[in-house]
This record gives sequence, C-alpha cells and structure tokens, in this order.
Amino acid sequence: MRIHFKTSYNDDIRLFEDRFTALKYAVLLAFAIALPFLLGDFYLGEATNVLIWAIAGLGLMLLTGQTGQVSLGHAAFLALGAYSNLILLDKGVPFIISFPLAGIITGVVGTIIAIPALRLHGIYLAIATMTISILADDIIVLTEPWTGGVVGMFPPTIDIFGFEIERWSQPDRFYYLVLITTVICTLFYRNLLRAPLGRAFAAVRDSEVSAAAMGVHISRTKMTAFGISCAITGLAGALMGYFSGMVNNETFTVVISIQLLMMIVIGGLGTIHGAFFGAFVVAFLPQGLSIAKDWFGSSSVAIPGLETGVFGMILILFILFEPGGIYGRWVKTRIWLELFPFARKDMFKRQKSYLKTERLR
Amino acid sequence: MEFFQLFVSGLANGSVYGLIALGFVLIYKATEAVNFAQGDFMMLGAFIALWLTNPEYIGLSFWIAAPMAMAAMGGLGYALDVTIIRRMFGQSQTAVVILTIALGFVIRFVAGLFWGHEPQTLQSPLAVGDLTIGGVVLGMADVTIIVVTGLLTFALFQFFKRTKLGLAMQASSQNQMAAYYMGIPVKRVQGFIWALSGVVAAVAGILFASKGAIDPNAGLLGIKAFAAAVIGGFGSLPGALIGGLIIGVIEPFAARYLPAGYSQMAPYALLLFVLVFRPHGLFSQVRTKKV
Repeated sequence: MRIHFKTSYNDDIRLFEDRFTALKYAVLLAFAIALPFLLGDFYLGEATNVLIWAIAGLGLMLLTGQTGQVSLGHAAFLALGAYSNLILLDKGVPFIISFPLAGIITGVVGTIIAIPALRLHGIYLAIATMTISILADDIIVLTEPWTGGVVGMFPPTIDIFGFEIERWSQPDRFYYLVLITTVICTLFYRNLLRAPLGRAFAAVRDSEVSAAAMGVHISRTKMTAFGISCAITGLAGALMGYFSGMVNNETFTVVISIQLLMMIVIGGLGTIHGAFFGAFVVAFLPQGLSIAKDWFGSSSVAIPGLETGVFGMILILFILFEPGGIYGRWVKTRIWLELFPFARKDMFKRQKSYLKTERLR
Repeated sequence: MEFFQLFVSGLANGSVYGLIALGFVLIYKATEAVNFAQGDFMMLGAFIALWLTNPEYIGLSFWIAAPMAMAAMGGLGYALDVTIIRRMFGQSQTAVVILTIALGFVIRFVAGLFWGHEPQTLQSPLAVGDLTIGGVVLGMADVTIIVVTGLLTFALFQFFKRTKLGLAMQASSQNQMAAYYMGIPVKRVQGFIWALSGVVAAVAGILFASKGAIDPNAGLLGIKAFAAAVIGGFGSLPGALIGGLIIGVIEPFAARYLPAGYSQMAPYALLLFVLVFRPHGLFSQVRTKKV
C-alpha cells in the first residue's frame, strides 16, 4: 500500500497520484495504440464499439454519476449528435469542423432542454428525459427532409485534409479516430473533476441544500452539467452513426437510453473507470450470449429479449450485492489485497439509512 | 355522435392507463419508490389469467381464473418485495428506479419464454355484447372497465383515508424512521403495498386483455401510465385516474383530428407540458424547503 505524504493543496488534485499511477495509464494507452496490430478486424471493431459506448457512458456519467441527475433520455442526444454531424457533412462542411460542431450543437440543445428540466427532481426528471427520448423517434420521422426519416442517412467516408477513413475497409483508422476522441474526452472529464466546477457537481449530487449554502449556484451548475454531458454524448452519437453505417429513427430508441444508464450503474456510478467497465459489458454481452448458446447447442434459435433479460438480471445482482459496480468491486479487492491479512469484513458495510419523503421537501 | 363515440372509447382506454397508474401511485404513496415495472406486472397478470382461462392452456372458468390470477400477482408482488426490493430499504429512489427497470426487462423476457411473442386474446365473458345508448355503441368490455376502475379507485382512496393501515402506509413513506418510532412495522407495510399493487396490476391486465390482444411487450403501455400518474400528481389516487382518463381521451381525438405523425406524440407532449408548467401534477403535494 502506497502512502502519499501531501505537502501542498495541489497534491490533492494532481492528475495522477504518483509516478506509478501515471506509468500504469501510460502502459494502458500504449496497449490501446498497439491494439490494431494485435487484433483481427472483427475484434478491432468490437474494441471500437467499446470505446464509443465508453464515450457515451462518460457523457451520462458526468450527469448521473457526478451531478446526481438521472437521465433516461440520452439516446435522444446520441441521435442529435449523429444527425447534426451527418446533416452538416451533407451541407459540405468538412468533418474536422462538423464533428466538434455536432458535439457543441448537442450541448447547446441539452442546455436549453435543461432549463425547464431543472425544476424537476429525481424520478420526475427521469420521466421527463424518458419522454424526450420517446418523442425523438417521432420528431426524426417528422423532420424527414433533413433526417431522411424512416429511410435514414448513410454516413459518407470521413475526410480529414485528404486523409480518408472508411469504417468498413479501414477499421484501424476508424479505431484511432475513436481512440483519440476517447482520450480527449477522458482527459477533459478528469480535469473537470479537478476544477471548481467538478467539485460543484459533486456538491450538488450529495446535497443541494448544503451546496447552495456553500455558494454553489444550483440551477446554473445543473445546466452546465447537462450541457457538457450532452456535448460528450453528441460526439459519441456521431461516432455511433459511423460505426453502425446507417442511422434512422430506430437507431437510437429509448431502450438505448435505458441501456446506457444501466451500463454506467454496472460499471460503477461516479467513476471514470465505471464508464469503461460498463461499456465492456454492453459491447461483449451479445457475443458472450451467442457463445453460451453455442455451448448449449441451440445456436440457430433466436430468443427475443434474451439480451435485455440477461442484462437486467446482471443489473439486479449488481444493485443488490455490489452497488459500487464493477469498479467498486475492483477497489474492494485491491484494498483487501493491499491490507492482507488485516482487511476486516465490515469495512465497506453500508450505513443504515432511512428515507424521507421528497414530496414535503 | 362521433364525438361521444371517441370520448367513450377514450374513457375505456384511459381507465386501463389509470389502473396501471394506480399501481404506481400506491407504491409511491407508501414507499416513496416508483415501480417502473408496473406495466410489466400488468402484462404478467394478463398472461396468468389468459393461461388459466383459455382452452388451449388450462381452461378454467373465467370467474375462477380471474381471482386466482389476482392472488398469484399479489403473491408475486409480496415475494418480490421480500427477496429484492426490501434489500434496497432506505436507499435512494434512483436505485429503486433502475432496479425496477431491470426487473421489467426480466419479466418481459420470462413471459416471452413461456407464452411466446404472438399476440393472444383472453377469452373473457366481459368481451361479449354491445350496449347502444342513443346511437352511441358501447362494448360491454368498455363499460365494465370504466365501472371497475371507478370502484377500485374509490375503494383504494377510502382505504388510504380511513383505515389505520392506510394511514400507516402514508406515514412510513413520509419519514421511515419516525414511522418506526410510532410502532409501524415499516417493512411489513411495504410488503403489503407491493402485494396490493400486484393485485391492481392483475385487475388492469385482465381488463386490458379482455379488450384486445396482449403480447410480452404490452408492458410498454406503462409509459403512458406514467404520463397519467405525473399529470395526476403522482401521490394522488384520484389524480392518477383523472390523469389516465385525460391521456385516454386525448389519444383518439389526436388520432382523429391531428395530421398523421403528430397524433402519437400527443400524450407525451402533454406530459412534457405538465412537467414544465406544473412539475408536480394537477394535484400537487410538494412544498419546497427554503434554504
């Protein structure tokens, strides 16, 4: 176990705790860069999928894990990101501008939506965002001249100053594009947490009353959280559009919203690692299930709802037995190993808590 | 005439939404949690009744099968509370929301395994015959649904208002610790309310299945019932029914008079409208604490 002797306040908010941690992440990054040389095209595509889901997860994590606002509507923002990117490309804007712009547009729209949504708490916010996600489907069909409606849109080849990225024939180039976006988003997220704004987010999550007493402007903070969260989600949506090769009104349904929320809960709410762990589960569950079905010898029979059913069961088990998600389990295991043999059983016992009504705030 | 026809069919649909919304409100009133799986409870109740009644399955008489389905759903609600929900005791609402969404997925999957994904109809004696009043044709099923829903809402409203148990439920939702101090067995009360909402879900399911076909995705109707509960103010039983009726009546009118593509948005647009301008519903129970 490493003990950090802190001699200045800056030590508390350093990007990496110590050189060893920095080295660990450098190795991880090197591994991610080397991945196209290690994997075949199929698994590289899966790795890309994991990273895209992780970006989307980071976006929702900022809002739900960090600021404590549950959103069941982030699929709508994924769709907005994907469509605004494609429509801008259609109008002749180069990718290098349209891609960040898609994020910014989604962020601005998210902020505007946040203004009325701010008056809502807890489940009301969840229901309102879920409604937005349901309506997104109809709105895409209604705005057919721009979005192509049911027929959908097909992403063209990405062109960055003459450097072409085609998702199907050049999966490695597409992977690097996604990887760069992931690294930028992760660093942005991590740095945000070190800044006053990030700590304001956590304060709002933990107690709005005390946050307000400490001088945090609650509604402005929530609005910022919504905006940044939607912007990151929009970027993920644009990439998802490329990854699936086609977007129409059924690409981003409310089920995707729910899956995204479940994903970050399984990964571990409120942690960057959680978004990545959750993305692994979401991306590899279909593969894992089809392998499992091969074992039982019923590969030809498609069972509808199997995926979401199993996903639901995993989630129930996690909420009941490991509310900290995969990352929480990992932290506990690590501490157990570091303290061995002195770890106590009740170390992580949850404090007994009682609920009060939210109706009579 | 057309106006009345649309209105009555809307009322019948709305009653089903209202019944599902009643299930939400019951659980919300007593445990401060929201059961996102209520629509799937309804679907499961309908399938159990169908399985017991229809000749291709067990083939009991409807009048025996319906109470049995209600009892089964009540038992299931209680069992779910004891095994799963009770472990979340005292945790935040959000955790329960996510848990029940997952539960809904699992229920939908299991129902699909047992009964398949083809839509099926319950062979119900309620569905037979029409009633014609002054040129307006009413299906017997519609009339039964409206009457049963009205009676059930009234009974539950009286239950919460007059009985000791109903008061105990409200107390345990407002402040769990204080309820303990007053000698209320909070956990047992919560188990009871989950059972009760299971029974209400079964009633909603049976009525819904006598009106039309059901399949495992019928539970998605629960989303419209949310709209009903929110419009009614989430903590209010008559509010839930009125919210359900509003949603139910708006739907056929929107389908008739709005251009295609806009009509299915109407209930959700109304929901957003209510959330923005009257966030806690028409029968609000929220007061804000000032810092």
